[in-house]
Amino acid sequence: MTYEELLTETALADEQIIVMTAENRALVRNLPGILGNRFIDTGITEQTMIGAAAGLALRDRTPVVHALASFLTMRAFEFVRTDVGIASLPVKMSGFIPGFLSDANGPTHQAIEDISIMRGIPNMTVFAPADEDDLVKMLPEIWDSVDPAYTRINTRQTDYVHAPFELGKAEVICIGTDVTILTYGLLFEQALIATDLLKKEGLSVGLVNMRSLKPVDEEAILQAAESKLLVTVEDHFLTGGLYSIIAEVLLEHQKTANVLPFALKDRWFRPALLPDVLQYEGFTGKQIAEHILGYQTKYIQPEILKPNFAE
Amino acid sequence: MTNKEYNEQELGATALKVREHIVRMSTGGGCFTGASLSAVDMIVYLYTYFLNVNAANLYDNDRDYFFLSKGHDVPALYGTLAELGLIEKDRLAKHLSLDDHIYWHPNTRIPGIEFHSGSLGHLPSVALGVAMDIKISGAKNKVVCILGDGELNEGTCWEALLVANAYALDNLFFVVDRNHFQANMRTEDLIPLEPLAQKFEAFGAAVKRINGHDYAALNEAFSTYPFEPGKVNVVIADTIRGRGLPSIEERADRWFCNFSSEEIDQLLLELHGNAGTVLTSETLVVR
Repeated sequence: MTYEELLTETALADEQIIVMTAENRALVRNLPGILGNRFIDTGITEQTMIGAAAGLALRDRTPVVHALASFLTMRAFEFVRTDVGIASLPVKMSGFIPGFLSDANGPTHQAIEDISIMRGIPNMTVFAPADEDDLVKMLPEIWDSVDPAYTRINTRQTDYVHAPFELGKAEVICIGTDVTILTYGLLFEQALIATDLLKKEGLSVGLVNMRSLKPVDEEAILQAAESKLLVTVEDHFLTGGLYSIIAEVLLEHQKTANVLPFALKDRWFRPALLPDVLQYEGFTGKQIAEHILGYQTKYIQPEILKPNFAE
Repeated sequence: MTNKEYNEQELGATALKVREHIVRMSTGGGCFTGASLSAVDMIVYLYTYFLNVNAANLYDNDRDYFFLSKGHDVPALYGTLAELGLIEKDRLAKHLSLDDHIYWHPNTRIPGIEFHSGSLGHLPSVALGVAMDIKISGAKNKVVCILGDGELNEGTCWEALLVANAYALDNLFFVVDRNHFQANMRTEDLIPLEPLAQKFEAFGAAVKRINGHDYAALNEAFSTYPFEPGKVNVVIADTIRGRGLPSIEERADRWFCNFSSEEIDQLLLELHGNAGTVLTSETLVVR
């Protein structure tokens, strides 16, 4: 099932759903004809779309709003915080091309602080699915909740079949004592590759797909902290994302861990097509594994698919 | 439209009481007195004769919606809600107190306040969303949003108008409290807005420009609606900042006022026509 199919099915089953977009129609192409006046395109007006979504939610609607992640979370930030956050309205934000998925667009389009700023809003919930299978497993519960939500939309296809989703729970792929990798979003693909490689090299490796960054699965983090090395892999600034979340959780529980973060430390990433971005920035599965191992291997990095749409 | 018979004396009497409330809130921490006084007459008029909102239907789906976007004129709304029986009058004595939630900007803990505001340029889009839902639902409720003229500096006001025009929201009313001042100076001396009516018209709205203190003009403007089918309704209400208190009217330095109790006594008399108020409190306390 695709994102659009799920949204169509959900909106047809629930009259209260309103689908909105600030003229980003890539994933909602067929919805105008299907939903009629329950599809609202406000044009290139992220702030107004969010304010209007708050207004619709005041009338008991559940707006599912679409825009590029950077503009949805940053151009409209104060509207999200002030109109949706303060009132705690069930506005469901779908951010396109978050993180590395903005590939060659350049830093204007790089939503790599989105998790940091969205999770800083009281009442807001934050999610980052690993691929489209994960996305469609997560969204029904996200949309069904009464809380405002921000989801990093990720429609990449992988072979991995994810477990059922439980809000606030991570998906523990495997457990290990030497290394545990915590990740979310499209880098799950690479973390999975890294996990396999590390296992081939004889390490006991754990892998966790965080899925829900707020509320976060503290137990999964505390368990991961038991391994000798805890690795975070995220297409986000080092500040405010998963690395920070882990620091907060460990501190709160008066624990410490040996943590190796893969993140963007105080810098934007080099714009290019996604496979080249990952290679250039050192986020391929092979690079992640070799960085952890401290040596090169003969392992061959599997092909990284290019995204199938541009904005 | 409410079924109430139009009575100008009654409107004037209610507005005077609301002005008294505003003056009484202008001490012990103070409030945005001038901006509140400019908005009183339109708010009292709208609640009395235009909006289908009362203590009995406050949470009904078919009530009309009133949004105070500029927000810092909320003492005028507190006073109106108290005079019309939507909140208890004694709550106003708790202005700025931790015992209540009567503070410098609107919040939904006050019955009758549909949404919080304070950050300018937000409620045009929130009102837009409510008006959209009313259209989608095939309902007839009216949605009124009061804007400050200084607030029109915010681009999101104009963004919301663009979208409201695209969706032909003739159930949506923007009322501009055109008191010709923004925080520190006259609008035309900082970011000129005129010709304002033409600007709104160019955005596709049906515009009326009236004296916002003239009840007959307000009644005439809101007597039939939509002003034009398929068009967003805009009323530019020319007003005077500080209206009712000549000692602070149109004074750039009397935006936020925090008077002494002696000054409050004099200002209450001034509302009733007694000149001779001597203001000695600090001016232009910027919030």
